[in-house]
Amino acid sequence: MKKPGYYEVEVGKVTLGELINDPAFGGGLRDGRKLKAVIPGGSSAKVFKAGEKFKLKRKGADGQMTAIEVDLLDLPYDFDSLAQAGSMSGSGAIIVMDDSTDIIEALSNIAEFYAHESCGQCTPCREGSLWMAKALHRLTHGHGRKQDADYLLNIAQNIQGRTICAFGEACAWPVLSFVKKFKDEFEARGAADEAHNAVRSAGPTQEMRPIAKSAALT
Amino acid sequence: MPAATTTETKPSPPPVEKIRIRVGGREIKVPKLMPDWQGKPQPTTMLQACALAGIEVPHYCYHPKLPVAGNCRMCLVEFGLPMMGPDRKPVLNEDGTTKIAKQVLPYEPTTVRGAIACATPISPGMEIYPGSPATKQMRESVLEFLLINHPLDCPICDQAGECKLQEYSVDYGLSASRFVEAKVHKPKAVDLGPRIVLDDERCILCSRCVRFTKDIVGDDALGFVNRGSYSTLTHFPGKPFNNNYTLNTVDICPVGALTSKDFRFQMRVWFLKGTKSLCTSCGTGCNIVIGSREEKIYRYEPRQNDAVNSCWMCDAGRLNYKWVNRGDRLTEVLKAEQKSCLPGQAGRLSYSKTTWTAALNEISDKLSKAPAGSAAIVASARRRRQPFGERRQKSELGRGAFDWHRSESDGLEFVEDHRRHSPRQHQDVDCLWRRRDEARHRR
Repeated sequence: MKKPGYYEVEVGKVTLGELINDPAFGGGLRDGRKLKAVIPGGSSAKVFKAGEKFKLKRKGADGQMTAIEVDLLDLPYDFDSLAQAGSMSGSGAIIVMDDSTDIIEALSNIAEFYAHESCGQCTPCREGSLWMAKALHRLTHGHGRKQDADYLLNIAQNIQGRTICAFGEACAWPVLSFVKKFKDEFEARGAADEAHNAVRSAGPTQEMRPIAKSAALT
Repeated sequence: MPAATTTETKPSPPPVEKIRIRVGGREIKVPKLMPDWQGKPQPTTMLQACALAGIEVPHYCYHPKLPVAGNCRMCLVEFGLPMMGPDRKPVLNEDGTTKIAKQVLPYEPTTVRGAIACATPISPGMEIYPGSPATKQMRESVLEFLLINHPLDCPICDQAGECKLQEYSVDYGLSASRFVEAKVHKPKAVDLGPRIVLDDERCILCSRCVRFTKDIVGDDALGFVNRGSYSTLTHFPGKPFNNNYTLNTVDICPVGALTSKDFRFQMRVWFLKGTKSLCTSCGTGCNIVIGSREEKIYRYEPRQNDAVNSCWMCDAGRLNYKWVNRGDRLTEVLKAEQKSCLPGQAGRLSYSKTTWTAALNEISDKLSKAPAGSAAIVASARRRRQPFGERRQKSELGRGAFDWHRSESDGLEFVEDHRRHSPRQHQDVDCLWRRRDEARHRR
């Protein structure tokens, strides 16, 4: 963002696009960058992917509910619209990511934060938050696997709604939304790591093996 | 005659208010109120209702005699409530039955929202599904979470054979772990106190021991330090966990985290034969189960009796089993006399065999000849009270002639009790009758 900062706006009067691009607020992305993702309400809120379209229910003048389709940037920043779009306004902290952001790195950072913050009282969040953080640490450090996307989704699914407090959702939702919406990136990273590590762990080539074996026998 | 029958019948107890619910598809009537951990009537929980229906809900942190913590999440069950219309009246199915709304996550209506059975009160018309696929899936996931950082060292674990993790793993565990990360490492073989060893890696942080020592014993000795997956059970620095009830935490620990120094590595529990008995160490008479193998006793465990000892017993009584098979145990009546070479000085005690008749006659003879205020009878608080009371009344000696040392019939008083039995304190007594095994008991 050109002008990251702290702004006070009336609920529902501005759209996400205005908050990001209006010179009065964010002032647009840095030059030459493209929007990749937006977290609308603090890091626990579900992420929006650039170009996403949402169906919102609106009450018309005649009192009838009508469905309208809006683009991410036209989404009004209010409680109901964000909830209908599948996320939340949460703390109101909008995190904007451009195309220079490594989405896996970003999620790993968030997961690490939630693993650190988990109080440890109840089982799913205590064990699951650190589990997800460790898996994401693996993915960002060259030890990913192709199945890690589904692995992460399943862990997060086992946390949400089963904890004492809403921290379970807070640590599960970023993982659920990031991995669902950017699954191709997660799978590609895992596959690349697998291929790279397969070459590394293959050891000596086939031609060299008999020599190594006979040397070991003598 | 109707008149006579009405006078003879006792007033009937007030009717128990019951609630009609469905558990696993079967309709049952359960009392609206049931005793909580302190025995006070509280709204019946799902877990209690399931137990009445004969269905066990797996749990780790819940214990019927401890305050509810609700933190293990193992008892999560799928449930439904009568669907209410906008007019706040139940919505009916076509066949006239009440429509049930299965509880789902508000933000994800396709996913079941479970409730912890240990802490959720039942309500009229509620349906509990303790065997549904969603309930099973929740149990599987909680168990998986508990096991990912568990050392899985059953072959060297003392709890093996009576471990809830093992038992529920059979029911809900995955055959292979999909956890490929590094496990969290925590302190091993922590010396919590004189009788307890803690393995923090095995601990599943259910907090049963913490609640027991805080709320039942009143010694706030244990707690968790650190946060998240690094949470660790420990005692306060410099304050060992050494109250007289510490070994109960070994019983209630659902896993092998807390182990008894006395029992650990002695015997596999599946070899032990359980015999119902009573602890003979004091007048309380705690109900126990003796664990023995091939005529050798390995441990005492408390047996639930709410009128006497609830689910607990003291450490002193529990470790008293060691006296049962000792060679120097008193099996016949012995008379102890001080043989002194020099007049006026205490000598060594020498024992001679005698019979109860001869002994009681001699005691009675000596007591009747003793001047008032010069005789004392020391009775152990570990005996039953009644015989002593009777004997005191029967002996025609005045109450003032005796110094009755009465202590609470509780293990906590044992040390004091023993001091009063010490032969060194009774060196001016020329004839001391006592059971040898009891006097040596605490040395």
